[in-house]
Amino acid sequence: MSAIAINRTTFFCRTPVAKKVVMAVTGVILFGYLIGHLAGNLLIYSGNPAAINRYAELLHASPPMLWTARIVLLVAVILHIIAAAQLWLLKRRARPVGYCRKEETGSNYASRTMIWSGPIIALFVIFHVLHLTAGKIVPLAMAGHEPDVYHSVIDGFRVPMISAFYILAMVLLCLHLYHGLWSMFQSVGVSHPRYTPLLKRFAATFAFILAIGFISIPVSVMIGIIR
Amino acid sequence: MKLTLHIWRQANSTAPGRMVKYEVDDVSEHMSFLEMLDVLNEKLTLKGEDPIAFDSDCREGICGTCGFMVNGVAHGPLPKTTVCQLHMRHFKDGDVLYLEPWRTRAFPVIKDLAVDRSALDRIVAAGGFVSIDTGAAPDANAIPVPKERAEISMDAAACIGCGACAAMCPNGSASLFTGAKITHLGVLPQGQPERNERALRMVAQATEEGLSYCSNHGECEAVCPKGITLEVIARMNRHYIKAEWVDRGQPAE
Ligand code: HEM
Ligand code: FES
Repeated sequence: MSAIAINRTTFFCRTPVAKKVVMAVTGVILFGYLIGHLAGNLLIYSGNPAAINRYAELLHASPPMLWTARIVLLVAVILHIIAAAQLWLLKRRARPVGYCRKEETGSNYASRTMIWSGPIIALFVIFHVLHLTAGKIVPLAMAGHEPDVYHSVIDGFRVPMISAFYILAMVLLCLHLYHGLWSMFQSVGVSHPRYTPLLKRFAATFAFILAIGFISIPVSVMIGIIR
Repeated sequence: MKLTLHIWRQANSTAPGRMVKYEVDDVSEHMSFLEMLDVLNEKLTLKGEDPIAFDSDCREGICGTCGFMVNGVAHGPLPKTTVCQLHMRHFKDGDVLYLEPWRTRAFPVIKDLAVDRSALDRIVAAGGFVSIDTGAAPDANAIPVPKERAEISMDAAACIGCGACAAMCPNGSASLFTGAKITHLGVLPQGQPERNERALRMVAQATEEGLSYCSNHGECEAVCPKGITLEVIARMNRHYIKAEWVDRGQPAE
């Protein structure tokens, strides 16, 4: 192999460093969305079904805004998945002959399972949209002509298999973010002996808060705290 | 002490290889790992068998020539230690050890435990240099280098290019190596003129060699005999990203 000539037009998308930047930037967009989504969902604890329904109405108030947000998220998910798939192919080619014995010193369960937690989360996202946006899994509850988000959520989570899948997906999301929320800083070049340990703690904390927050809702429905 | 070794034997780069079992008696705890293999090789030679090929040169942990996997860990179980500096006192009687060559597409096996690491040389050739005038040596202190910068550079320059990072990486990436080389020159004033091109070219060359990407697992950092940390990989990413933004590039050749 000879020294390579740098061709600018296709260069950015060709190196793995650039692909990791794509993963990090799209990851951060999705993370931002998750924070907002959890904050909205927690309105279900306000004791007043109207609170979360009003919030849902607000989100749908302006179709251009709604669709802009949806398209941004969709594009982020697609780019994230494309970059993940390309990187995975690169990695598969990198070691044609494996080891008989290989320890996993230094890495952790979350970092090694990104390629599993990611696709399962993707399946979950499709299921979730079919469930609570499209109403194809459990019919959506209605309050007059308006969708009744509060009761739709409760109807869904009373089905144990649905709750179980939500909980499983959120545990995997926790793992994905435990590694991802720290790794994304590294990918865009942010690292410092003093702050990187703090970033790792930030990642673990947010991964946990998000997972516990989301999981609490199906659990609360099942044990009857929300009804 | 007595050890059981399972060693990868492969006659040449194209022959199929396999693990072969050897029993070694009378291993002294004062031997280094490589001396233990020397003893085994003496016996194999006397028996008329082909000795086990492995690389070594300085045997004092500074040249980066040695290296193979011991029980699934690059350079064996002792942190920050090359396999030539690993002593048998860290093992005990009856231990079973698996020795395998570095496994990465970029490092084809030459024979047994010896691999071809010239991919790393080509990465350095792609950008791991600074341009200086020939002629009279410049005055030593003409270019001030801040202490912190010098420290970062020297820490990265400790890289001996052994390839353990790529061998250990679950993805088969040599980012710790490439990052160390980019950091070593890229943080110094002398390294500034080529800074952008260095990052672009070295990353591109590593990709060209079939070395994959960094997932920030940290297994490289755990086995690096020189204690180089993931910080160099972040710095490589930073230099690369900045270069992408500011470098106009060259006309295609
Ligand atoms: C939609 C399905 C998803 C797939 C297939 C997927 C896949 C992956 C994979 C394989 C990686 C590791 C890349 C590597 O090896 O370095 C990764 C990293 C990451 N993922 Fe996902 N993921 C998905 C969803 C999400 C979601 C919903 C989030 C929300 C916050 C997210 C945030 C991240 C972050 C922040 C990283 C770290 C990026 C980096 O290291 O620079 N991912 N993803
Ligand atoms: S032989 Fe030189 S570092 Fe081991």
